[in-house]
Amino acid sequence: MKTRASRPDTAPVAIQLTGVSKHFGPVKANRSIDLSVRQGSIHGLLGENGAGKSTLMKILFGMMRPDAGRIEIGGEDVTLRSVADALAHGIGMVQQHFSLIGKLTVAENLILGRANSGFAARWLQKLDLESAGRRAEELSERLGFGIDPFARCDTLSVGARQKVEILKALWGGATTLVLDEPTAALSPPDAEELYALLKTLQQDGTTIVLISHKLPEIMRLCDRVTVLRDGAVVGEAEIPRAYNAPAEKQALEAQLVRLMIGRNRPEVPSRSSHIWPTVLSVRNLSDGERFGPIDLDVCGGEILAVVGVEGNGQGQLIELLMGLKKAASGSITLEEANITRKTTLQRFQCGMAHIPEDRHGLAVADRMSVIDNASIAFVDGAPFAPTPFWLSRQKRARFAAGVIRRYRVRAASVEAPVTSLSGGNQQKLVVGRELARAPRLMIAAQPTRGLDIGSAAAVHEALIGLRDRGGAVLLLSLDLTEVFSIADRIVVFRQGRIVGETSTADADLDRIGSWMSGIDEETQK
Amino acid sequence: MTRDAMTAPPSIKKAATGKRQVRMDPEVMADALANDTRQPNGEFVPRLVARFHTMSGSVGGQVLTFMLTIAAALVASVPLIWLAGSDFWLTTTAFFGGALGSGPAIAETLVQMIPLLIAGLAVAVAFHASLFNIGVEGQLLFGGLVAGVVGASLDIPPALLMIVCLLAGMIGGALFALIPALLKAYRGAHEVVTTIMMNFVAVAVAEFAVAPTGPFVAADQPSATDRVPEGAQLPIIWEGTRLHAGLLVALAAVAIATWVLYRTPAGFRLRLMGANQNAARASGISIERQTIIALLASGALGGLAGAVQVLGLYGRFYAGFSPGYGFDAIAVALLGALSPIGVVAASFFFAVLHAGSVPLQAIAGISREFVGVVSGLVVAFVAAQPAVMRLVSNMRQKVVDDTLPNDPPEPQYMSEIATSPEEPS
Ligand SMILES: Nc1ncnc2c1ncn2[C@@H]1O[C@H](COP(=O)(O)OP(=O)(O)OP(=O)(O)O)[C@@H](O)[C@H]1O
Ligand SMILES: [Mg+2]
Repeated sequence: MKTRASRPDTAPVAIQLTGVSKHFGPVKANRSIDLSVRQGSIHGLLGENGAGKSTLMKILFGMMRPDAGRIEIGGEDVTLRSVADALAHGIGMVQQHFSLIGKLTVAENLILGRANSGFAARWLQKLDLESAGRRAEELSERLGFGIDPFARCDTLSVGARQKVEILKALWGGATTLVLDEPTAALSPPDAEELYALLKTLQQDGTTIVLISHKLPEIMRLCDRVTVLRDGAVVGEAEIPRAYNAPAEKQALEAQLVRLMIGRNRPEVPSRSSHIWPTVLSVRNLSDGERFGPIDLDVCGGEILAVVGVEGNGQGQLIELLMGLKKAASGSITLEEANITRKTTLQRFQCGMAHIPEDRHGLAVADRMSVIDNASIAFVDGAPFAPTPFWLSRQKRARFAAGVIRRYRVRAASVEAPVTSLSGGNQQKLVVGRELARAPRLMIAAQPTRGLDIGSAAAVHEALIGLRDRGGAVLLLSLDLTEVFSIADRIVVFRQGRIVGETSTADADLDRIGSWMSGIDEETQK
Repeated sequence: MTRDAMTAPPSIKKAATGKRQVRMDPEVMADALANDTRQPNGEFVPRLVARFHTMSGSVGGQVLTFMLTIAAALVASVPLIWLAGSDFWLTTTAFFGGALGSGPAIAETLVQMIPLLIAGLAVAVAFHASLFNIGVEGQLLFGGLVAGVVGASLDIPPALLMIVCLLAGMIGGALFALIPALLKAYRGAHEVVTTIMMNFVAVAVAEFAVAPTGPFVAADQPSATDRVPEGAQLPIIWEGTRLHAGLLVALAAVAIATWVLYRTPAGFRLRLMGANQNAARASGISIERQTIIALLASGALGGLAGAVQVLGLYGRFYAGFSPGYGFDAIAVALLGALSPIGVVAASFFFAVLHAGSVPLQAIAGISREFVGVVSGLVVAFVAAQPAVMRLVSNMRQKVVDDTLPNDPPEPQYMSEIATSPEEPS
């Protein structure tokens, strides 16, 4: 209340980083970075994938120690040896990928490692889950989350899990909140809620650092932004609350994009309007529970977007199509081959490819190297294994290097574990390896999650290229802008059924919205 | 919609039937599979050096961890020596003299190492698939029994019999892992529980088989099967000692396990499943099948350890021939960080412990059970490794802080973005 109303640009500095550097072997993730965040402001951190944003914030959160540099919090020089130190200084952070333990409940996750009782009490007292649950409920109510504190985390939707992460960061009473791409996995309404929450927190005097690749939200929320490239600060800008002319805002946006990726915002490539015969044809498919029955056709040369509020059957659709779940009834036909009873591996061999939504859960194996993660696309080893007794390491390494080159993945070496890649670069690796299957049907779930503007455009280009060569793409995306810019046709899912269908050319946002929320049917009744 | 049969992409209807289909973007494939022309042969040495350079980081780290763990365990056992009322130097000389002091002593250490090495590999292979096979002891007993029985009752040429016995031992071990494997794959029963229970079954079966009224008991020796013919036993490879060709079998098993794990599609699938089961499933691996394969492979190695012991050391199956190799193997696998080469080093360390324990008791008067204490300490320190490594890296960090000059700051092409024209005043 005090800060936002009285301009944050004159407020005292809450966090001051001076000359922070960090290398990982030859990779210089941070090069002498100076950053000052004013009390009660929302400070944006922009930059391409691998620019060093997460690294810098992990340093501030005590997860990594800088090679050099000073950290001041509230004007006081501090050394952060561990996350506990950072928490004690009132810093909370939401990581880029989820850090919840699925088998524990929300309340258990929240109090994990946060015991503030004495050593003896910690061992002797019963864990007070009830009061933790009550507190969680209160907090979640106050923030308007509506999360059941006793639900197991692995039963929650991605959006809900993101909210739990935020609860967790705020749990210890953080006065500075760092959010690393918090909206990458959120649907637009959930993101809206988060924006409102951030504004509320800001009004309460919380200082917020927001990392994001979504320029609109940066423009909307932040008071000031810092742009990183190659580990160094390349620019800073104040974001005015009011513009004299809309052109001014656009000019600023364009400038930020240039700073970030070193060129102008890439255009969505034009595409041919040639349509080939049907590639995927789904008839009467249902999982015997809450999904289906549905009919769905995707033609070659078509990008079909599946939209809907999260948890309305999109996940089941993917599982059924990929054979991760058995269909109770119905049939799936891929180019005249009935694959309903085929295994996942056979489906891949038939020409499917899958970019999973949950990168750490389904797409990469954290402990394995970049080479191994690239060859996950070929678990039967076929292209690299002349016989079942020999898997050529050299060919796999060359393949990984090829993917890295094509999709501009930033990796220090192909031998390094995949966790040494930045989040966006892991995503690029996954997209690249799935495209290398030369799929006839690509199932792309949030393919540009966590990608910077340039890389997202490259992925769009690749998907459109696939489509222009006669492939079919099934796009599942929460980002309606993405849907409108690359999809040819949109189907809307609600409660496991298809409730609406339209071509992108004459799509109407309101109509799609009413399909998604079900208002449409209610008024008909 | 324009249907155009001419330009329609080729149908892939048949793809589903082919077994080993190559389906890959042709450009990427050409790129990946082309002969390496960018690096002419002359650059082989630099390439090797570079390769070693990228590896040495992790290999060096692993060796360091290994050494630190062992050192910590040994240091921690010093007070116990003192408590046992013995002199430190006497203990040390007795111990190392007994294990490594002479040719025969080394040979005896290697004899001890053989079963630990093979059984350690068995545990490590299962661990690679994220499966905890505690049942190696049972698989080893049963494998030994099968090998002993086959060796004593089959009448074929000795050389052939030896191979048949080894194979029979492996099959026996694998069969013994089959029940836990099936239960795990199709019913989700945790392998730790089932394999522990199978250990008891194995002990009971072994005792029954060679009980006084048992089906396979020898006429001349209680609690044992008949002798395997001399020619079918593993030959002695160091004259005058007990060191037998089982060492070669064990080293061959190491080589094969390394190759399979890191250089075959099957090994890749196994490791992928161990690293991220959901990702493995999503990429088309059958988790059920892979679980069964991993546990059977692990069981077969366990059985091989038993068969080698029977064929190499005793020449017949004794009911109590294993002093718990299968349990020590868990410590071996963990200390070896699951890498086959690491398992060699770890099993050697444990063999030294075992071989040194005899003179330890005779000369320094410390009970043989002391070995159990040390191996327990090793496991404890292996468990503490993450914390220790963190400490080490923190210490390294400090050194870096002090010695490395700061990175010269990059030229910042800081752009002044003239944004807020109306500076709030
Ligand atoms: N643990 C690590 N080991 C080695 N290299 C690392 C490690 N963590 C990060 N890096 C490297 O540091 C650089 C910066 O990574 P960072 O995660 O900070 O990027 P980022 O700006 O957050 O990108 P993104 O937008 O993709 O999340 C990358 O090149 C990455 O490969
Ligand atoms: Mg990041």
